[in-house]
Amino acid sequence: MRAAIVHAPIDPAALIAEVAHETNGATSVFLGTVRSDNDGKDVTGIEYSAYDEMAETEMAAILEEARSAFAVEHAVVEHCVGTLAVGDISIAVVVATPHRAASLSAVQYIVEEVKGRAPIWKLEHYVDGTRGWVGAGSREAAR
Amino acid sequence: MTVTVRLFASYAERLGHSSLRIELSAGSRVKDAVTSLRNMPGGSMLPPTPLVAINRGYASPDSALSEGDELAVIPPVAGG
Repeated sequence: MRAAIVHAPIDPAALIAEVAHETNGATSVFLGTVRSDNDGKDVTGIEYSAYDEMAETEMAAILEEARSAFAVEHAVVEHCVGTLAVGDISIAVVVATPHRAASLSAVQYIVEEVKGRAPIWKLEHYVDGTRGWVGAGSREAAR
Repeated sequence: MTVTVRLFASYAERLGHSSLRIELSAGSRVKDAVTSLRNMPGGSMLPPTPLVAINRGYASPDSALSEGDELAVIPPVAGG
């Protein structure tokens, strides 16, 4: 089980290999990627920032919750910070379990909890040159 | 007592600091620190009861502060 804030591109194949174990028959992968539009605005990229130490602590706690709830023993979550372009991977959650139901449920749980609890922020950059902080369903123009 | 305040994202941008130290009287709570921050230039944009963490764990407005604590004032999170 591992949770990390990373400053380099996420490598999904490496994460899949990390959770591989001969007792697992199911591996579920979630990749979050930067979209080209948000709420009608054309996006060129997103600048992610985090309270790194606390985000890692919170994500590790979420993995432990998944261990308790879904009997998960092999899981990894990485969240990228820095400037990402459209199509880049911002978050990866990979869970491997003996059967598919647990891995699918655990991936969804981990993704939703990380999005709702980990202190991570995004500053969207738009085609028209403006920027905006995104959070809690709202957008605030950056200064 | 002295408390280190960490600010992030839009909060850091508006107050012009990502980290600063503030002096508070003994026995102060999170809400007292927030009041102090809201009185700083740019601080009025902080909500009266923002999400906060003490020493990397989520806390409440009534949580007590101690000398040397790290108080993080956390904007609405938006990971993923």
